[in-house]
Amino acid sequence: MQKEAPAEAVVAIKSMNSKIYNKLLIQRYPTPEFSYARLRNRHASQRELSRTLSRSLRQVLARSLSLVIGICFCGTALSSVLPEDRADVLYHSYDGGGVSINGPSVLVRKGFKKKYSASANYYVDKVSSASIDVLTTASEYTEERTEYSLGLDYLDNKTTLSTGYGRSTENDYDAQTVFFNLSQDFFGDLTTLSLGYSQGSDVVTQTGNDDFSEKVNRKNYKLSLTQILTQNFIANVSYETITDQGYLNNPYRLVRFRDPDPDREGAHVFEQERYPSTRTSDAVSVRGIYYLPYRAALKAEYRYYADSWAIKADTFGIEYRHPFKEHWLAEFRVRQYSQTGADFFSDLFERGNSQAFLARDKELSDFDSLTLGATISYELKFKHQKILERMAVTFAYDRINFDYDEFREIDPDTQNTDAAISGTEPFYSFSANVIRFYVSAWY
Amino acid sequence: MTRPLLCLLAIALFLSACVPIKPWVKPYQRNKLADPIMSFDHAPISSAYMHHVYQAREGARGAEGGSGGGCGCN
Repeated sequence: MQKEAPAEAVVAIKSMNSKIYNKLLIQRYPTPEFSYARLRNRHASQRELSRTLSRSLRQVLARSLSLVIGICFCGTALSSVLPEDRADVLYHSYDGGGVSINGPSVLVRKGFKKKYSASANYYVDKVSSASIDVLTTASEYTEERTEYSLGLDYLDNKTTLSTGYGRSTENDYDAQTVFFNLSQDFFGDLTTLSLGYSQGSDVVTQTGNDDFSEKVNRKNYKLSLTQILTQNFIANVSYETITDQGYLNNPYRLVRFRDPDPDREGAHVFEQERYPSTRTSDAVSVRGIYYLPYRAALKAEYRYYADSWAIKADTFGIEYRHPFKEHWLAEFRVRQYSQTGADFFSDLFERGNSQAFLARDKELSDFDSLTLGATISYELKFKHQKILERMAVTFAYDRINFDYDEFREIDPDTQNTDAAISGTEPFYSFSANVIRFYVSAWY
Repeated sequence: MTRPLLCLLAIALFLSACVPIKPWVKPYQRNKLADPIMSFDHAPISSAYMHHVYQAREGARGAEGGSGGGCGCN
């Protein structure tokens, strides 16, 4: 005969800290849904615990969500557990504005000795570019960028220390980065505070000019606070400041100014762009994720950005996640971005060498972009597999529309001809299609 | 009219200082938060790529959340 379960006696997870599984305590509460005996396993890891549970119990838990997602919680909202062991193989593709970039990315993460987790990432960009910049001042090119990174996380009670190294190489750019991160849980594990620092050292060279070699040093400082606000709502506030020092412009990129020859009205002449040698930026973001009354989540975020080049930007994003039919997950997202231009940007300077700094890089101009995207994912769980826990196949598509308010579309065929109309061309705009297809495995 | 309100506010602040705030969401109340769909960054390999896509084409950078930024590439 079953007893009435006391109101307070339900699945009780005493601690959600790094030793959660050691402290996992499930009190007896023989409700109609849970009429199993007391289970107490103070020294079991998640995997050990799942093995301890009987098959029928696991089936009950899988259906009832509460304990299963209580365990998974450690990897989602709190930092005081190490990230999940998983491997991802991704194919990415970007196609827009005359630029086509694709390639693979592989990310593998594995924990060891209970307190450590190591990760490795290999990433390739195969670029084929005939962008508007390239068409007006150069010719189409192809190149390849390879990036790899290694990371190590160390967990001690409620503190996670992370460090890592990354390197990106292409034929005319070599970037190396090291990072350190400290993350601490407190206030009953409702709050997570993270501090991060990274330092980069880049070498810029120029194809066809062996004498050209310049350096860039970068420093990033990050501060992030994540707070559980209610049973359905998590919020995060992040701040990041970045300082760059060195050769920050592109050795190939040119700016244009009006042709001083009075007989060539409407024509323009190019000269080398010139950026300041320092840049400091601040970005602050707030984001929240809310569990809806049915099983779906709504994520929203806003970021404000400002830098010493007078660029100010606002980013809004919203994403809806909806699991369905046990194995499927659908996501829909919208992102809106707008920025003001750098104070030394001009689409067409009035004369050559007219000011200390000159830029006609469209990324530094006044523009807006709008992204619409969707993701579909199919996941399989392996209940009796010792090596694999689950696998997922995911396809994601985003379409980004860029609309420039200062940068004009030069026609490469008519520029500097009798039909030239420098400074009155239509403003440039283009759309890009972005695809990710990836397979994920948890083990 | 405003003085009693200010007094009430002062008393409330005084009392709140005496009673420490305790975590108000207990571990066993976090089952919804634990659902993987509630993760800010549930696919790091994908979000890192999208951060890279945006960083290469926008002036803004930083505070992306999750596995963002810092690749040092142009």
